Amino acid sequence: MKLSEIARQLDLQVLAGEKELEREVSSGYCSDLLSDFMANGPARCLWLTLQTHINVVAVALLVGAAGVVITGGRQVAPEVCRKAEAEGLPLLATKYCTYEVAGQLYNLLQGEK
Amino acid sequence: MKRNSKQPLEIVIPIKMKDFKAGGDGAARIKQVLQKIGFPPDIIRRVAIAAYEAEMNIVINSLGGEIKATVSTDVITIIARDYGPGIPDIELAMQEGYSTAPREIQEMGFGAGMGLPNIRRCADRMTVESKQGQGTTITIEIYNR
Ligand SMILES: Nc1ncnc2c1ncn2[C@@H]1O[C@H](COP(=O)(O)OP(=O)(O)OP(=O)(O)O)[C@@H](O)[C@H]1O
Ligand SMILES: [Mg+2]
Repeated sequence: MKLSEIARQLDLQVLAGEKELEREVSSGYCSDLLSDFMANGPARCLWLTLQTHINVVAVALLVGAAGVVITGGRQVAPEVCRKAEAEGLPLLATKYCTYEVAGQLYNLLQGEK
Repeated sequence: MKRNSKQPLEIVIPIKMKDFKAGGDGAARIKQVLQKIGFPPDIIRRVAIAAYEAEMNIVINSLGGEIKATVSTDVITIIARDYGPGIPDIELAMQEGYSTAPREIQEMGFGAGMGLPNIRRCADRMTVESKQGQGTTITIEIYNR
């Protein structure tokens, strides 16, 4: 499923990388530990995390994630958005917690199969 | 980037202590070079993970250092070297889950104690040398085959 469609259905706010939303999302991964996502995050997945730190952008790019969703309504610093924008990484946000977003995303992606 | 296949390509990236903003840029540069050359994606992924973990360990735990990647057709070698303080017990540090990261670093998502084990999993060969007060050198080899 395209990231744009997921963003629409899950009512995600786009913070950066608007131009890259036509990417296909292969799966999802939930983690707040950077080393865990680094080791186990599948390429082209959507990464759900509470972390808003600038290193999230670097890690998402290294893993080749389709995009990042910051959950739990956390504030994201402008410099993090700017870095994601500059790197062409879709950065999205939602007030819902990881559990709720993951459940909905799982249903969406399973429904495609 | 031009490359003579007999002449290995060398990339050296200085790493500053506590520079979280630039953290990961070194690994990203190495990844970019390997992509340009056309290495297989799984090799690139393993190199990127290993380089990133070594880079962040220098950022978080050391006084600064450098990452050197040497790229030839059959092997990619990464040498991560720092100026101290060194790892007192390497065997302990290599254990999954062991971390000395303080709370504020943990809150940033680091400190799972997975970095060194991640490197070991990605590497075909890995050595860690460390002298207290002098520094740590991690050598990682990933074969292209
Ligand atoms: N270059 C280094 N210099 C000094 N100590 C180090 C260095 N690299 C690692 N260590 C020590 O080894 C421990 C384990 O490192 P490792 O990368 O496995 O986990 P971590 O960095 O604590 O957490 P994570 O990598 O999962 O974010 C560190 O907490 C630190 O005490
Ligand atoms: Mg580490």
